[in-house]
Amino acid sequence: MAGRIPLVLLACGSFNPITHQHMRLFELARDHMHQTGLYRVVGGIVSPVGDNYGKQGLVVSKHRLAMARLALQSSDWVSVDDWESQQEDWTETVVTMRYHYDRMAAQYHNSKDPPTASDVPQLKLLCGADFMDTFKIPGLWRDDHVEEVVGRFGLVCVSRGSLQPDRAIHESDLLSRHRQHIFLVREWVHNEISATEVRRALRRGQSVKYLLPDSVIDYIREHNLYTQDSEMKNKDVKIRPLTMQTIQD
Amino acid sequence: MAFLRKLRRVDYHEHTLNTSESRMITPETVWVTQAYSGFVPQHWYQDKTAFFLYDPCHHKRKPEWCCWHVGPSTPSQTCTCGCSSWLGITLKTLKKEIHTHLEQHVTRTRRYRVVKGIISPVGDSYKKKGLIEACHRLEMARLATLNSDWITVDDWESQQPEWVETAKVVRHHADLISSENNSDDVDTVRCGKRRKLEQNTIICQSSCNINTKEDSPHLNLLCGADVLESFGVKDLWKPEDIEEIVGRYGVACITRCGSDPEKFINQSDVLYKHRKNIHMVREWVTNEISATHVRRALRRGQSVRYLLPDSVVRYIQEHSLYSVESEQKNANAILAPFQRYTSSN
Repeated sequence: MAGRIPLVLLACGSFNPITHQHMRLFELARDHMHQTGLYRVVGGIVSPVGDNYGKQGLVVSKHRLAMARLALQSSDWVSVDDWESQQEDWTETVVTMRYHYDRMAAQYHNSKDPPTASDVPQLKLLCGADFMDTFKIPGLWRDDHVEEVVGRFGLVCVSRGSLQPDRAIHESDLLSRHRQHIFLVREWVHNEISATEVRRALRRGQSVKYLLPDSVIDYIREHNLYTQDSEMKNKDVKIRPLTMQTIQD
Repeated sequence: MAFLRKLRRVDYHEHTLNTSESRMITPETVWVTQAYSGFVPQHWYQDKTAFFLYDPCHHKRKPEWCCWHVGPSTPSQTCTCGCSSWLGITLKTLKKEIHTHLEQHVTRTRRYRVVKGIISPVGDSYKKKGLIEACHRLEMARLATLNSDWITVDDWESQQPEWVETAKVVRHHADLISSENNSDDVDTVRCGKRRKLEQNTIICQSSCNINTKEDSPHLNLLCGADVLESFGVKDLWKPEDIEEIVGRYGVACITRCGSDPEKFINQSDVLYKHRKNIHMVREWVTNEISATHVRRALRRGQSVRYLLPDSVVRYIQEHSLYSVESEQKNANAILAPFQRYTSSN
């Protein structure tokens, strides 16, 4: 794999809880990027969002981090990072990306002498097709942020069910402009293991075995996460990105 | 909007869940609005309903009653309602249809306690394309079910020298179970309690009719909707086998995207006859991880991690299973049932 660009994939999200589908995203993305012949994937980062995001049903980050760590224990290239969840307020995706990129760059600059720009891995945002549709929700994203996330860093987007990410790109001028930085990965297996469905099944006492790793299921049971009450958390709260934008306007 | 047609007064019984009494409900009229096929009613109407059915599969509504409307949208049109075709409605047929469906729902909501699951891999002589040796398939299944406390793998079928029809496999296991049951002390199913097997209840219902103490466990064939639909493929199944599997034992059928098992049951006389024994399990989390797809990914060097248990992925890597060569196995062979049934025709 000589001569290829090293690449790290960053996945942001609630991970409420982490499921096999989340972990599949990394596997699919890695295969795809390798098959382009241009990249060599050197790492993956799961970055659970902070509690201040205010999404309904979001359990405390301490648990979400612990579950993600349990799930990724056996992975030799994907790890969990708690920087985002440790911040006082919710951080925009672009801020998280800048943090991780700067940290990687610093590591490489310290270890290499002289440092070469090409050795620092690229950082791309890994997401599902549903994420692409969020770009058009009014007030959720700042244009300059989208520009930076897609234009400066790049996206690796895994399709999901019947969602067509290329349509979302087509319908946005901003995304279309940066088409070459968006990598679309087709998931041929129709797979709808959403964390929402998992939480629903857990509330109803139904089995989620084989949807999540056993260690995560045990953790959920031990700490009695995901009940009717936990789903009501933040029920009437607006998610943080929407309130943040209105303050800035 | 649908055409309404008034019928005369209908008396019917409402079966309630929480009590075992049945009450007579007598509406003034039965309103006939729209027709649709299928067992389960889809719409909720506040008033002027014929009767109420408890539908355990509808999680969304509380209380979990659905009302059922039957009839044509225009007087001259034929339509289907449940499983019969209506060409004009008479009171007599309406009543009969209602009672059939009520009966079906009541028996369908009988409480089950799932005690065991058996995975029985087919023998090599089935001759399906790409089928690798049974010893590997057995071992992978064992690895996958290692930390299951109720699902086991059985090698009887794969150890038989010739391919064994599914009905025979079901019969074999049913006989085993009943002979085990007769020798043990009887395990009673307590009335009135709903015992949940930890995470593993695949059929959870509530009802007032319980199996008696003396019943040995029933055996159901567990399959996807595609298998149910394969009953219609010529020379794949013997008609008497289908009759035995569905009539004598029972089927638990997991619905799958793109197939409509209820419609298929409706269209098959033998399945319709034994529809009480066919339990539809709706999989809300669509998960279409097919083995064909997994083999394809493996051939192409793509990751199958998180589609299969890690132990199985490792086993496959260690033994270099699933290559272009392995997929060509049996490429020119005739599938065992076709060979057996067409030669005897």
